[in-house]
Amino acid sequence: MTLAPELKDTSPEKLLAPVLSAFWDEDKSWSLDVYKRHEGYEGLRKALAMSPDDLIAYVKDSGLRGRGGAGFPTGMKWQFIPQGDGKPHYLVVNADESEPGTCKDIPLLFANPHSLIEGIVIACYAIRSSHAFIYLRGEVVPVLRRLHAAVSEAYAAGYLGQNILGSGLDLELTVHAGAGAYICGEETALLDSLEGRRGQPRLRPPFPAVAGLYACPTVVNNVESIASVPAILTRGKEWFRSMGSEKSPGFTLYSLSGHVASPGQFEAPLGITLRQLLEMSGGMRPGHRLKFWTPGGSSTPMFTDEHLDVPLDYEGVGAAGSMLGTKALQCFDETTCVVRAVTRWTEFYAHESCGKCTPCREGTYWLVQLLRDIEAGKGVMSDLDKLNDIADNINGKSFCALGDGAASPIFSSLKYFREEYEQHITGRGCPFDPAKSTAWADRTEVNA
Amino acid sequence: MTTSSSERGVSLGMPELPAPAYPDDVRERLETDAREIIARYPDSRSALLPLLHLVQSEEGHVTRTGMRFCADVLELTTAEVTAVATFYTMYRRKPSGDYQVGVCTNTLCAVMGGDAIFAELQEHLGVGNGETTDDGKVTLEHIECNAACDFAPVVMVNWEFFDNQTPASAKAMVDDLRAGRPVEPTRGAPLCTFKETARILAGFPDERPGAVEASGGAGPASLVGLRLARGETAPARVVHPRDGAPQDRDVHEPSPSEHLSSHDAPQDTSASDPAHPAGPAAEEGE
Repeated sequence: MTLAPELKDTSPEKLLAPVLSAFWDEDKSWSLDVYKRHEGYEGLRKALAMSPDDLIAYVKDSGLRGRGGAGFPTGMKWQFIPQGDGKPHYLVVNADESEPGTCKDIPLLFANPHSLIEGIVIACYAIRSSHAFIYLRGEVVPVLRRLHAAVSEAYAAGYLGQNILGSGLDLELTVHAGAGAYICGEETALLDSLEGRRGQPRLRPPFPAVAGLYACPTVVNNVESIASVPAILTRGKEWFRSMGSEKSPGFTLYSLSGHVASPGQFEAPLGITLRQLLEMSGGMRPGHRLKFWTPGGSSTPMFTDEHLDVPLDYEGVGAAGSMLGTKALQCFDETTCVVRAVTRWTEFYAHESCGKCTPCREGTYWLVQLLRDIEAGKGVMSDLDKLNDIADNINGKSFCALGDGAASPIFSSLKYFREEYEQHITGRGCPFDPAKSTAWADRTEVNA
Repeated sequence: MTTSSSERGVSLGMPELPAPAYPDDVRERLETDAREIIARYPDSRSALLPLLHLVQSEEGHVTRTGMRFCADVLELTTAEVTAVATFYTMYRRKPSGDYQVGVCTNTLCAVMGGDAIFAELQEHLGVGNGETTDDGKVTLEHIECNAACDFAPVVMVNWEFFDNQTPASAKAMVDDLRAGRPVEPTRGAPLCTFKETARILAGFPDERPGAVEASGGAGPASLVGLRLARGETAPARVVHPRDGAPQDRDVHEPSPSEHLSSHDAPQDTSASDPAHPAGPAAEEGE
């Protein structure tokens, strides 16, 4: 609502709001020196001057919501931690960014890891934790290197360790590399994995706030959520609330990818639209038009060009029938076969299903069989209803959200592109040429 | 009879004998590392994933000996360790090459050309998914989304980023790897071997000089929005309309150190524009 008058101005200077990404292009942007030149660790000083309870209330008042997909209010998560219970409390940062299309936390940590570390210290002060963990997916060694370096710098500078900035706060921070499993992005599977087990989700309740890591009260937050906290402290909750809408305040990273002229990261107030992002960045690749896109990764129901003006905030995307998710805007043009795209995503879910619950384990397997047949021209019309039926038996009936995610592309693609499935069946094969979808398809020079 | 039943490929229903232990010197060295890893956690079992990376750094894959080592130091059963080792895709279960070349074939990269790159690499190297070249240099596999979709198509080598690949660039890269020529990723440090990479994953920082700084800051795609927000020329062909801007924005006052042509110029802070969404809240209207 707040932004409505401004959105008429289409200049990127108006529409974008680089905060976390504001100095990513500076030399050694990942280092403590550069971070401190940009108000680094100022938010921590302000936080330490408050009482932990006031700090939690402050973050709650800012309206910050989780940036990992679910959009749960961050301050409320912190508030759920029981105090005075005599147990250790833990903060676990979910840096297992693996949702197809999602690519915001990895560049953030590569270019500006100290924003996360500062946020971690603030959060641990609030929830009275003296040991935090960063669970980083293992497949990103360049990011792991910079996290190792940044944590070591922070210890040396007294932002981690004993009696931080003379406040009496002691905090150990452990960087933990995962070993390749999408399911570990699910918070309870992540906790099992961090405990040295197979990454399988836990039954809830009890929720991690009560019985999380080592059965102790635990906050699990996404990287971007925690990294956003220092700026809120430094510049104030009013500043934060001045961006976005009443229910979705603040700034966030949007990741544009696929058949667009300029894929990349765009940090903007919540509520920007894909049309605005495309207009400012050069649109789709020349000569092509948008066919379908995901608002927040492959687990969020896909959109089409009818949805270009949907405000990309939690409520706006929800009202249009999808989810904001991770703001991973994967854009596909008219050269892309929807059946191929959905088949590949479904193969991913089948591969990554942890096997704990039957609907997801068996359902994703059979979805893949049907989709492969359809893509190969061996499907029959009744397969389409069967796809819907199987997806319906996974959705909401699985142990965790991975199953729901697997059903999303099936439901949404059948809703918008049923005809294209039918073409594969009646035409006995795929009518698309994959060569036309490649990044180099329209380049003038011949690819050897 | 000197060969075991399993070596002859015939199962006689006998369970496999326990794996041999590491030689004493290796075991002592790994135990020192293991103690350091375990000390990072309130509960020793949390050290299992890094320990599996550690034994992988010793042998290039997770062997039965490695799993037995993990079980011993954590006081777990080998069954418990095996259950974990077989769950995660980064643990290799057979001898593999010095360089693990992983082509992203999840939907977006696949569509953008990952499928073509993977197909051409298989043909070029003469190996299939998960197989290693005869010289033991390159293990080729397809991987899932690696959180670099704005750099698609992406190839990972020993988990360093090779962004915006084509079949030609990927083939040239594997040729360089096999010929022993130095290969540098677009984001990440000059390649080390798979074993050395596994040691970093076990939580031992890369000590090579310049490794952290290598390849500079954020990649180009990560900076697209930032540059647009500063009013720098868009990377695409679009000429941007500036109509309707408030007057105070039209007069641009560059700071002494600002060079519009330089990507290293300090950023224009939002504080200079009260109407900016990231600007001071007090100035903001409804």
